[in-house]
Amino acid sequence: MADIVVLDYGSGNVRSVQRALQNTGSSVEVTIDPDRALQADGLVVPGVGAFAACVAGIENVNGARIIGQRLAGGRPVLGICVGMQVLFEGSTEHASGAVHQGLGEWPGVVDQLTAPVLPHMGWNNVRVAHGSDMFAGVEDERFYFVHSFAARTWTLHPEEPFPAPKVSWANHGDDFVAAVENGPLWATQFHPEKSGDAGLQLLANWVKTLG
Amino acid sequence: MSVAVRVIPCLDVDAGRVVKGVNFVDLRDAGDPVELAAAYGQAGADEVIFLDITASSSDRATTFDIVRRTAEQVFIPLTVGGGVRTTDDVDMLLRSGADKVGINTAGLTNPQLITDASRRFGDQCIVLSVDVRRSVTSPSGFEATTHGGRQSSGRDALEWIIEAAERGAGEVLLNSMDADGTKDGYDLELIKAVRSAISIPVIASGGAGRLTDFVPAIEAGADAVLAASVFHFGELSISEVKDEIRSHGYPVR
Repeated sequence: MADIVVLDYGSGNVRSVQRALQNTGSSVEVTIDPDRALQADGLVVPGVGAFAACVAGIENVNGARIIGQRLAGGRPVLGICVGMQVLFEGSTEHASGAVHQGLGEWPGVVDQLTAPVLPHMGWNNVRVAHGSDMFAGVEDERFYFVHSFAARTWTLHPEEPFPAPKVSWANHGDDFVAAVENGPLWATQFHPEKSGDAGLQLLANWVKTLG
Repeated sequence: MSVAVRVIPCLDVDAGRVVKGVNFVDLRDAGDPVELAAAYGQAGADEVIFLDITASSSDRATTFDIVRRTAEQVFIPLTVGGGVRTTDDVDMLLRSGADKVGINTAGLTNPQLITDASRRFGDQCIVLSVDVRRSVTSPSGFEATTHGGRQSSGRDALEWIIEAAERGAGEVLLNSMDADGTKDGYDLELIKAVRSAISIPVIASGGAGRLTDFVPAIEAGADAVLAASVFHFGELSISEVKDEIRSHGYPVR
């Protein structure tokens, strides 16, 4: 049984994430205990609300260091929604023309979409990366998105021998990054815990990698 | 490839029980909102909305329990509205497991509530719920009402919706009190007027009766279509409505 920690840094609705992961047969604890967060088979970084508030919340619980140490040791981390956005260098959300700093695991700045109707709220399909493990069995399903900001570019293209990240895209006014599989670091802009059976399958696919 | 039109059933909940009766087959307890939400999730609903019509504040704890149990079992978005008066009310519902919270009457009497709640919890989880009726004395021809449509607010509906969107509401649940319960179709002029005035998503509500009622609402600009009794009494199924929408070239899940 996989042992999973959901980082409890004050983001809303962690209960849904916990229950959806329990549905995969995992043991799931919602905590800020750094030892537990470091040792768990998998760490989930949720995120609802404003970018800067999420980054501040993560910093308050030493989350950046925990995430960095886990990744250095090849231990899986899954970011969800704003929990994915904070992995980039920064975001222009509520930044008055400047950029709020993110955790900087990936290059690029999260920016507002330009669609006529925002937030992008509802079920959208995803152009799944070739060979994706995350979307195995649910390549043609729709997933539930709620956001106005997103990473509209992806610029990380590591050279051999590092494997190329698998980047899946969606569109709402603009193309944007819907999901990333980058070694032990996975993330989704959508909410798998709110995406019905397809979302549960996707979470089960992540749990399979925790080994 | 684009975002799907959402089809949303709405359940009226009073002291933890679904009212207005629901006639679903294969339910152990047709009055249990948790079981109904799960059944709708299985039937393909894109979201579920609970409208809490509990009058007594002592019964509000029951609502939180219902929301908590629903969020534990139903893995689609859940919106809860009704009786939300303070940011602490919003906080309690979100903590219980609601993904979005509807603000109605309290927003009209205290617009700052919309601002405060959206700043504290994020625009995406604050739904402006507005009960609209036609009025010759309102500039737009539409007036916002309070207390479930029983009282005039004195505010022009369009003007209020624009203000609430500027204050940070992330979505509008647009309920026509004129069309509500008629099963005569949505108020298309209202939907068009609101769609052209704001850029946040619009949920059309009130008046759905026939399969042919849904597509005109989408053509008028609705991002989501809500219905209650036609689903609860099994007159229409979620999948029938989706097939109808899909056959007119609009994406559905």
